[in-house]
Amino acid sequence: MKIVVAVFPGTNCEIDTKYAFEKIGCDVELVFHKIDTLPKKTDLVVLPGGFSYGDYLRSAAIARFSPIMKAVIEFANRGGQVLGICNGFQMLLEANLLPGAMKRNQKTHFISKYQHLKVINNNNTFLKKLKVGDILNIPIAHGEGNYFISEDKIKDLYDSEQVILEYCDSVGNIENPNGSLSQIAGLCNKNKNVFGLMPHPERAIEGILGSSDGVKMLEGFLK
Amino acid sequence: MKIIVNTHLKKGVLDPQGKAVHHALLALQFDEVENVRIGKQIILQIEDGDKTKTLKRVEKMCEDLLANTVIETYTIDIED
Repeated sequence: MKIVVAVFPGTNCEIDTKYAFEKIGCDVELVFHKIDTLPKKTDLVVLPGGFSYGDYLRSAAIARFSPIMKAVIEFANRGGQVLGICNGFQMLLEANLLPGAMKRNQKTHFISKYQHLKVINNNNTFLKKLKVGDILNIPIAHGEGNYFISEDKIKDLYDSEQVILEYCDSVGNIENPNGSLSQIAGLCNKNKNVFGLMPHPERAIEGILGSSDGVKMLEGFLK
Repeated sequence: MKIIVNTHLKKGVLDPQGKAVHHALLALQFDEVENVRIGKQIILQIEDGDKTKTLKRVEKMCEDLLANTVIETYTIDIED
């Protein structure tokens, strides 16, 4: 299983992401944003978290036009699997590979804490090892994670099984840390090959870190 | 020529920063403030030329990069 982690100026989660995927037995290569072609036999591209280009203009607005992103968009359009975590999720939104946009958190603060999530849909590669309704404990760390999409499009997102994760409390009741519409924490595209989420599964892979719930998520990609 | 681009959240899209600033203004007893919206101003220095053509180009810049049209609108003004 060959995984490519794209690195932009200001990315800061690439080593954690590499470590997490190596721990579950993957071959991981870090690729710099100036490269315009993906390595041969890439099975999954991960856009990791961080503050690409200092979050100037809008989170991920500039990273979206990097040479590597052109290759990632082509790869995704050919059916290749792409996972965007946090700032990577924002890149997928800016690149229109996923629908909607991110606003500043409702209370304007940067939030960094463990947060419970509920699996809304598992009929996809990423969450296939989990059950609908499963509750996961995964860290979030973002200032702009307030998901927005126009009201008329939200029903379609659920109908086409694109909403995969929602924020909740420890027993699964509604909890909304950042103001996201419908507590949305993670999405996929209609073809179910592009995934994005604000929480950081790569930071929850060992009990010593407080949770290993991220392992079952990342393992979904294993062949 | 100098082009001023203003971007701000669309009407109906809740503006968390604007809301926070509104609260702060009310706390300072500026009770007359009814609403606050925060946007960005981007100033472009562009070589002089055909205005219509320049405006078209700037509009494309807004659509491609300067604004996220899912949540933001923009205005373009020329300062001579």
